[in-house]
Amino acid sequence: MLSRRAGLSRAALLAPALAIILAVGVLPLGITLVYSVLTPGTYGGVSWAFSLDAYVQFLFERDIFDDTLQFNGAYLSIFARSIGLAFGATLGALILGFPTAWFIATRPREQRNLWLFLITLPFWTNLLIRTYAMLLIIRDEGIVNLSLMQVGLISEPLSILYTDTAVFIGLIYAYLPFMVLPLYASLEKIDMRLLEAGYDLYAGRWKVLRHVIVPLARPGIVAGCVLVFIPGLGAYITPELLGGGKKLMIGNMIAMQFGSSRNWPFGSAAALILMALVVLVLLAHARAAGREGRAHG
Amino acid sequence: MTRPVTGLAVASALALVGTVAAAEGELNIYNWGNYTPPELLEKFEQEYDVEVNLDGYDSNETMLAKVQAGNTGYDIVVPGDYMIKVMIEQDLLAEIKPNEMENFDNVDPKWVDVWWDPGRDYSIPYQWGTTSFTVDTAVYDGDINSLSLLFDPPEELKGRINMLNDMNDVINAGLRYLGYGRCNGNEEQMREVMDLLIEAKQHWRTMDYATIEKLTSGDVDLSQNWNGAAMRARAQRPTLQYAYPKEGFTGWMDNIAVLKDAPNMENAKLFVNFMMEPEHAAMASNFARYANGILGSEEFMDAEMLEAPEIVMPADAPAPDFVTPCPQEVVDLYNKVWTRLKQ
Repeated sequence: MLSRRAGLSRAALLAPALAIILAVGVLPLGITLVYSVLTPGTYGGVSWAFSLDAYVQFLFERDIFDDTLQFNGAYLSIFARSIGLAFGATLGALILGFPTAWFIATRPREQRNLWLFLITLPFWTNLLIRTYAMLLIIRDEGIVNLSLMQVGLISEPLSILYTDTAVFIGLIYAYLPFMVLPLYASLEKIDMRLLEAGYDLYAGRWKVLRHVIVPLARPGIVAGCVLVFIPGLGAYITPELLGGGKKLMIGNMIAMQFGSSRNWPFGSAAALILMALVVLVLLAHARAAGREGRAHG
Repeated sequence: MTRPVTGLAVASALALVGTVAAAEGELNIYNWGNYTPPELLEKFEQEYDVEVNLDGYDSNETMLAKVQAGNTGYDIVVPGDYMIKVMIEQDLLAEIKPNEMENFDNVDPKWVDVWWDPGRDYSIPYQWGTTSFTVDTAVYDGDINSLSLLFDPPEELKGRINMLNDMNDVINAGLRYLGYGRCNGNEEQMREVMDLLIEAKQHWRTMDYATIEKLTSGDVDLSQNWNGAAMRARAQRPTLQYAYPKEGFTGWMDNIAVLKDAPNMENAKLFVNFMMEPEHAAMASNFARYANGILGSEEFMDAEMLEAPEIVMPADAPAPDFVTPCPQEVVDLYNKVWTRLKQ
């Protein structure tokens, strides 16, 4: 058992961290939770009457005439679209990121830092500016379309901007480094002699990739996917700028509730539902990591 | 109504405002982004030896949410017409009685007895304008003064349209096109509006507040727009023309008001009086490209402002429609339509 003195100093040392967690984590979350079970005030704000309407509203709407509940898939489909886009972006980032990370991991040791530096370089610029730059690149009169027309591959500009494709490109571009870095960390540790052993045992390249490299890179793959999927799910700027604003994403839908919709409880409830989704993803990650630990432990 | 924050917020960090606001010789202004000329604030600073801080917002609702939360440290806000009424009802504005101030005689009488602040006990005009749309006449050379261009566009405009990303502006345009009343709580009529919007949406390319950028970059050839923004866009794309649709269009006025808990109440009142000087109102107009409600300001305005078709309405245009705030049931109904439209 700890002595009284050691216990006290431990508490004192922990206090700053606990205070920060309390102030910036628990407290705002508590407010969000409380607001989500109140009634919307006139012109925004909340009035202090308990109600679960915000959660009911997520799936159902009340009929104006007879007050019966009817299923309403509008919010669900907004969530589904956001999840689909985030998932697609994760997959795209994995497909692009894996060869990139492999390339860096197989360079001579003294070159790797330079490649990693190049990967992280875009982070020195604000996301808004990078997204805007992407908008200029894929616009109708942008570099991509102009060069394709110059070469004669197309005669009319491709309409990429303001479509879901543009959002995909933007999300992949924004979050690709989050995929490459953990992948690199995993791939770099692989003992290359295992690959040679695989070839010696008559495995082809595909078999070596599937049965040797991918299993060893698994922690990196999982971490990269989580790191891309979660911010992608709540992305606000990219869908707004590149998607053209014709369709709501989760982030924009929540922001709207605190503005023109004047429904703070529903905004709070939607934010909590989004958070619950993220926690589910993290739990899946933790379970996968746990399995990993046992397999190698 | 909402406008994009593109200007840089001159304000020091907000946290600072809160702590030093009690000091003498300060004034903290919270106005729409890219809407306040820096020279104007410098002039006020010099005349009254007051340090002015400016911060920006992009919609009435953003401003309201912040003010409702309390302790903003702001003295001056510039809410739109309906928001003035809401804020008076919510007891957020100080009754500063501009109508007893020295320069009040300069306020155009037609902007004194307004429904949002009858007799002007709380606020004075800042800028006023209209919300309609801009079309490139080089792309479409037919009659532009009809909302059918938004809801049933001709071939050359299909897929080349930007709508404002604003529930009220889009729904109000739809209501006018169908000839129904504003703040409409009629389920059947709103269902028709919803069908109209969903059908028209396939022809819209974007829904965005950045109207000037959308038009000048050539992304679209028609955009819902505010008249001042239309004038700024036309400066870069001369074939643009601002429409006065026969079905009607929105009029709005932003008003200078003082918050009830303003830390620098006396300076705020000085500023309100200062802004009723024709020269100062003209400075704001020359910057933001909207009309103001101060008589005699024409004298100080840029020549092009006095004859701009965006500001001088043609004689046969309908009167601008100043839309009142809607009751909560109507807002809820609008929300459903809007969410369905964008699901």
